[in-house]
Amino acid sequence: MSDTILEVRDLVIDIPVAAGMLHPVQSISFDVKRGETLSIVGESGCGKSLTSLAVMDLLPLRAKRTASVLTLDGEDLLSAGERRMSDIRGNKMAMIFQEPMTSLNPAYTIGNQLVEALLRHKQVSAAEARTRAIYLLEKVGITAAASRLSQYPHQLSGGLRQRVMIAMALMCGPDLIIADEPTTALDVTIQAQILHLLADLQKEFNMGMILITHDLGVVARVADRVAVMYAGQIVETGTAKQVFENPTHPYTQGLIECIPIPGKTERGAHLGSIPGIVPSLVGDLSGCHFADRCRYAMDACRSGRVELTGSFEDGHVYRCALTPQQCAANLTKGAA
Amino acid sequence: MLKYLLRRLGVAVLVALTVSVITFSLIYLSGDPAIALAGDSASNEEIEHIRKAYGYDRPIIVQYGDWLARAAQGDLGRSHYLKANISDVILTRLPNTLILALCAISFALVLAIPLGVAAAIRPNSLIDRFALSLAVVGQALPSFWFALILIFFLGIQLRWLPITGTDSWMNFIMPAIALGYYVTPGVMRLTRAGMLEVLSSDYIRTAKAKGLRPPAVLFKHALRNAIIPVVSLAAVQFGFMLGGSIVIETIFAINGLGFLAWETIQRADLPMMQAIVLVLSCFYIVITFLADMLNAFLDPRIRVT
Amino acid sequence: MTPQDATTTAPGIPPAAAAILEPSPMAQLRRRVFGHYGILIGGAVLGIIFLVAIFAPYLTPYHPILDQDLANALKPPFWHDSPKYDPAYPLGTDLQGRDYLTRLIHGSRISLLIGFSAMLISGVIGTTLGVAAGYFGGRVDMVVNFLITTRLSMPVVLVALAVVSLVGSSLWIVIWVLGLLIWDRFAVVMRSTTMQVRNLDYVAAAQACGCSTLRIVMSEILPNVANHLIVVATLEMAHAILLEAALSFLGLGVQPPAPSWGLMISEAKGMMFFDAWLIGVPGTALFALILSINLLGDGVRDVTAPENRN
Repeated sequence: MSDTILEVRDLVIDIPVAAGMLHPVQSISFDVKRGETLSIVGESGCGKSLTSLAVMDLLPLRAKRTASVLTLDGEDLLSAGERRMSDIRGNKMAMIFQEPMTSLNPAYTIGNQLVEALLRHKQVSAAEARTRAIYLLEKVGITAAASRLSQYPHQLSGGLRQRVMIAMALMCGPDLIIADEPTTALDVTIQAQILHLLADLQKEFNMGMILITHDLGVVARVADRVAVMYAGQIVETGTAKQVFENPTHPYTQGLIECIPIPGKTERGAHLGSIPGIVPSLVGDLSGCHFADRCRYAMDACRSGRVELTGSFEDGHVYRCALTPQQCAANLTKGAA
Repeated sequence: MLKYLLRRLGVAVLVALTVSVITFSLIYLSGDPAIALAGDSASNEEIEHIRKAYGYDRPIIVQYGDWLARAAQGDLGRSHYLKANISDVILTRLPNTLILALCAISFALVLAIPLGVAAAIRPNSLIDRFALSLAVVGQALPSFWFALILIFFLGIQLRWLPITGTDSWMNFIMPAIALGYYVTPGVMRLTRAGMLEVLSSDYIRTAKAKGLRPPAVLFKHALRNAIIPVVSLAAVQFGFMLGGSIVIETIFAINGLGFLAWETIQRADLPMMQAIVLVLSCFYIVITFLADMLNAFLDPRIRVT
Repeated sequence: MTPQDATTTAPGIPPAAAAILEPSPMAQLRRRVFGHYGILIGGAVLGIIFLVAIFAPYLTPYHPILDQDLANALKPPFWHDSPKYDPAYPLGTDLQGRDYLTRLIHGSRISLLIGFSAMLISGVIGTTLGVAAGYFGGRVDMVVNFLITTRLSMPVVLVALAVVSLVGSSLWIVIWVLGLLIWDRFAVVMRSTTMQVRNLDYVAAAQACGCSTLRIVMSEILPNVANHLIVVATLEMAHAILLEAALSFLGLGVQPPAPSWGLMISEAKGMMFFDAWLIGVPGTALFALILSINLLGDGVRDVTAPENRN
């Protein structure tokens, strides 16, 4: 059993649309290790959700997925057929979705939907599956777990439903769990609870986790490693400490400036904003995607392909033509 | 659930009462029911005799109350023309109509639901286009004309099926198709639309993410939810079939309620006419009530409140 | 502030977004209408039938009822390779020796008149009830719902037959009976669409401005449910035409010798063994008319709400 659970190299997603070929994800690579949380951050439409669906092989039919490497616990997922993938899904890797209100089937009880995956993947009796469902419901902080099993989704609140979704994902004891904006649809107070719950469970069961979010505040609290995505590319990646203490890419810097820090940010102070909108990803793409919105864009940024090369510490890489020193200087300038 | 059931039952009873009032007043459309019953050549004495015999000389409210009270006990009066109890006549004719309607709705559902599901799984595919053209054509075919075409080809040219009567199950094939095909477009479209909507829903994605096999995703998770509106539609259509079989039963000479209704109307047998309208309406009310109960069973959001 | 919100401060639209600006709604609608086969075919066929109905007397040299000649009865149509075929009667003649094409042409008038008038009557009743239920809700809605349920529980064909047999059958009686019977779909659809529109902000805005209820219904509600109204209207027109044909087929609709297509089929059904075309011709005309109306209705639904397409 290797330390790396998920290995992704050069993942590309193409979707044919009326105006041409859409490139929502362009050659991204990342690893997730056992017991580690990788957070993929970016604004809406940057391709982070599609990336997670690509790993699960749940992309819409029209979307085309290619990659040079895609392995889960050493097993090649690219060559796995639909049959094999359905054996893996919900079993070795599981997913938690953004919309707890609509992600549960209204026609069946919570219990029915919880035990379903376990009965499908493992040789267990219905009674054993039920016991595990109750155990996990208690684990995710649901009281009177046994009586919840016979309830229907419409009888539960959004926060409870998301807890059920989490328990459901854990039923088969997956190696990897993908949480796609698990707290976006919930109240702010519930968000924090769910997030801490996820982080605790991930440590307790020693799983790898991909946490997809657009909220950097969330990332700072739970992520071990961070990948910042912009317009279908990873623009900066490293450990959470590296990225937060030393944000290098102008986009990352912009994102971090947008977060108010309790105690530090003064009341009424101007929070950062990033002008402009995300470029269209249809057709041939060249240059740095962020160039139109970047304060430091040069002519060189608008042609050719900017690679993930700039690296000044182990594992901390970014996609920008500037040197680390220039970036650091920009950060102090921006903060001043 | 009990509250829902009781409220729904209350509505059903109220509708039945309203229908009975309308049905009762139907015979007064012609002006004087006694004259209509007696026929054009009747003398004044005969008309008066009939008026007395049927009680048309009493106040209308009394007539209605009496009629309703008897009807509630299963006594629908006597047919002046057939010289028989109306309830008995209806009971002997009812089985043929029920068999025909059941065959027709089964035919429609067996054809429409799989087609709708298949069309929804592969939108814009060949099978989807086929299903859509079938629906468009089906909706435009007049049922009596379609019945004649069936008779012409299957009955006269090929001699595969008997044309009239109710002697064997073979007799019911053509009428069932002629009566049922008209329902298929609606059921198919509703199944397709429901499946399309459900298949793109978040909980289907959840089911797939659990690694469930396609049949489980399709039937356990998708169809169960998509079928709920189809149940209502099928019940309504089944109710319409009981009343609408009048054309088909007449063409195929099936000795059912529809045929009876047609004969009754031709000979202006007013009490019989009233009784048939009332019975068919009540059937419809009962069927839609049962369908609502079935829906409550299928959809926990209605059942568990 | 989340990163998403940053986009709202966009100073001007970058070139990439300008490229995807779409043509005006009217131009789009026009393009969808003329790119829709259903509308084109349905519209063309219905248009032809409509013109035929208007100019019926000028299209044939015969009278549909009076020009009968028993000596010329049952002439075969042109596709029957028969020596009895007479080019003066391209579609042959019926039992009474009347030109079948003439009767077919004049029959279109009956179908269109009945379909359109019955649809209009039921439309007025159903729309009034439906809009009232959807707009006022509460008790009004309960009453209308009850009326709809009651109406649906009474079998249309049977009640229509009974009424026509008691009141007597003429073209206008059939129209009124059908019109008074088939308003249910108008009411159902108008009720639900009105409910949706009623909760939108512009209705609240009109109420806040002190507009009268009638004015709000006429200028805010009806225009926004018009597309649904048109779709139901086509469906009900087709429904009325089919019902009239069925009633006439059963002998209790339009009375002979009027050239109703349903009646023509009924008169010919005894000849089915030998002269099946007598049934085929009016049936095909009926089928084509209903098909074209339905295609048009489906088309209107598709182009006015492309996101709801099936």
